[in-house]
Amino acid sequence: MKVYADNAATTKISDTALNAMMPCFKDVYGNPSSLHSVGQNAFHAVRDARAQIADILNCKSDEIYFTSGGSESDNWAIKGTAELMAKKGKKHIISTKFEHHAVLHTLKYLEKNGFEITLLDVYENGIIHIDDLKKAIREDTALVTVMFANNEIGTVQPIREIGAVCRERGVLFHTDAVQAVGHLPIDVQNDNIDMLSMSGHKFHGPKGIGALYCKNGIRLPNLIEGGAQERNRRAGTENVPAIVGMAAALKEAADNLSENTKKLCEIRDRVIDGLLKIPSSRVNGDRTARLPGNVSMCFEGVEGESLLLYLDMVGIQASSGSACTSGSLDPSHVLLSIGLPHEIAHGSLRLSFCEENTLEQADYIIEQVPPIIKRLRDMSPLWERLQKERGNA
Amino acid sequence: MEYSEKVMEHFVHPHNVGKIEDADGIGEVGNAKCGDIMKMYLKIDDGIITDVKFNTYGCASAIATSSMATDLIKGKPLSEALKLTNKAVVEALDGLPAVKIHCSVLAEQAIKAAVRDYYDKNGIEYDEAQFHFNETHEHGVEE
Ligand SMILES: Cc1ncc(COP(=O)(O)O)c(C=O)c1O
Ligand SMILES: [Zn+2]
Repeated sequence: MKVYADNAATTKISDTALNAMMPCFKDVYGNPSSLHSVGQNAFHAVRDARAQIADILNCKSDEIYFTSGGSESDNWAIKGTAELMAKKGKKHIISTKFEHHAVLHTLKYLEKNGFEITLLDVYENGIIHIDDLKKAIREDTALVTVMFANNEIGTVQPIREIGAVCRERGVLFHTDAVQAVGHLPIDVQNDNIDMLSMSGHKFHGPKGIGALYCKNGIRLPNLIEGGAQERNRRAGTENVPAIVGMAAALKEAADNLSENTKKLCEIRDRVIDGLLKIPSSRVNGDRTARLPGNVSMCFEGVEGESLLLYLDMVGIQASSGSACTSGSLDPSHVLLSIGLPHEIAHGSLRLSFCEENTLEQADYIIEQVPPIIKRLRDMSPLWERLQKERGNA
Repeated sequence: MEYSEKVMEHFVHPHNVGKIEDADGIGEVGNAKCGDIMKMYLKIDDGIITDVKFNTYGCASAIATSSMATDLIKGKPLSEALKLTNKAVVEALDGLPAVKIHCSVLAEQAIKAAVRDYYDKNGIEYDEAQFHFNETHEHGVEE
């Protein structure tokens, strides 16, 4: 059986998105800035895509800016706000310990350039405390940026409440919603969001395309200078096929949101319950305030990379936050941020599902994971030691 | 990042996995915090490694290097086993991705630790310098 369960890394493009894109390569190949009819066709395609996305997020068309993806949107929102607010003497930014590197590294860059950064604790369940946020906001706070849903452990933040606090205190609020858009209901007005980052490839759209929602009235300075595209705010000839594909994918995701959520929660909960039967296993992060398709667990005494490579051999594609998969010496900062010790964080497994996954696949995973864990534990000196310490050997 | 076929072969079907209950020398190196621990068991007869087994907690390159290293020292005299370097193990595996080199250093250390354990248990004198390595699996020791 083949089970692609790494949809948080990226998704397969949907037929709907691909079919919407094809004409943009063949017939609608013009430059949207050209005044002739070929260009105008492309212009209309981009305009319609923008309207579609704005409609789904409940904002105005001219509050959507196309970018090259989630990373660019995060960079733009954060660096732009920093520059804007520094002029008013505000050089303090609040975020969380477990943001994506697109946010954390941007903050680190700003810190080197004279900004002060406060990273909120996310506690054992991977969710911030609103009181911590209230206490952290200062006179000179320029921005609060908190991710909508975490890419590794899938926990979902109380975004509306965070936004409400920011509104009340007069602080701008950005959210990295790359993992949430297309998977959770989002209404930027109701949710009190000033800026939001999204990325096409996380919801069956194409890669290398994203958008930033930026509420009208916030005059973000440009990140990419050049031509007059995106109402003079983001230069570069539009990636018309990708823009159209992203809009089509989002429309499909939004239309099927409640149905997909129901299905995914069923798969997710079945896999979690099934894998929790493995001794010395645990779920990372809150079990309910969690993305519908996210399973994140740790298995003591095994190392994540070995686990995921053995899973690949039986047709299951997953990911891990172990040091050896992160390419660094430490396990992922996300797992450490929820208080896991290094040796447990090394044994992490993330399965992220999409609506194409099935309950049969869930059962297949539940059947395949335990023997692999057993095999790895049987050859693990760490497991041997743990068993001895616990008097099981 | 990509592993060579050799690495995958040794990772999927590692050689010499297990323990030797009446081992003459046992060496354990690495630590859980870093994500890899290697434990090497040696059976030694008349200065020759007659059997070797390992247990490893770690990534694919840690497991593959354990497997390859045990292959390379099995049946060899101790003097030769002590000369085995990480570099030789990595070469025998047709290389490792650069970010993975640090996962391979344990094999050489585990062998040395096991031989030293054998010397200690049998009151055999040895030159300390021969066993010069950082006990606490220093990730910085890259070749
Ligand atoms: C939470 C989060 N933010 C940002 C990104 C970066 O998005 P992109 O790959 O589109 O630049 C990702 C993707 O991995 C993500 O999961
Ligand atoms: Zn490793």
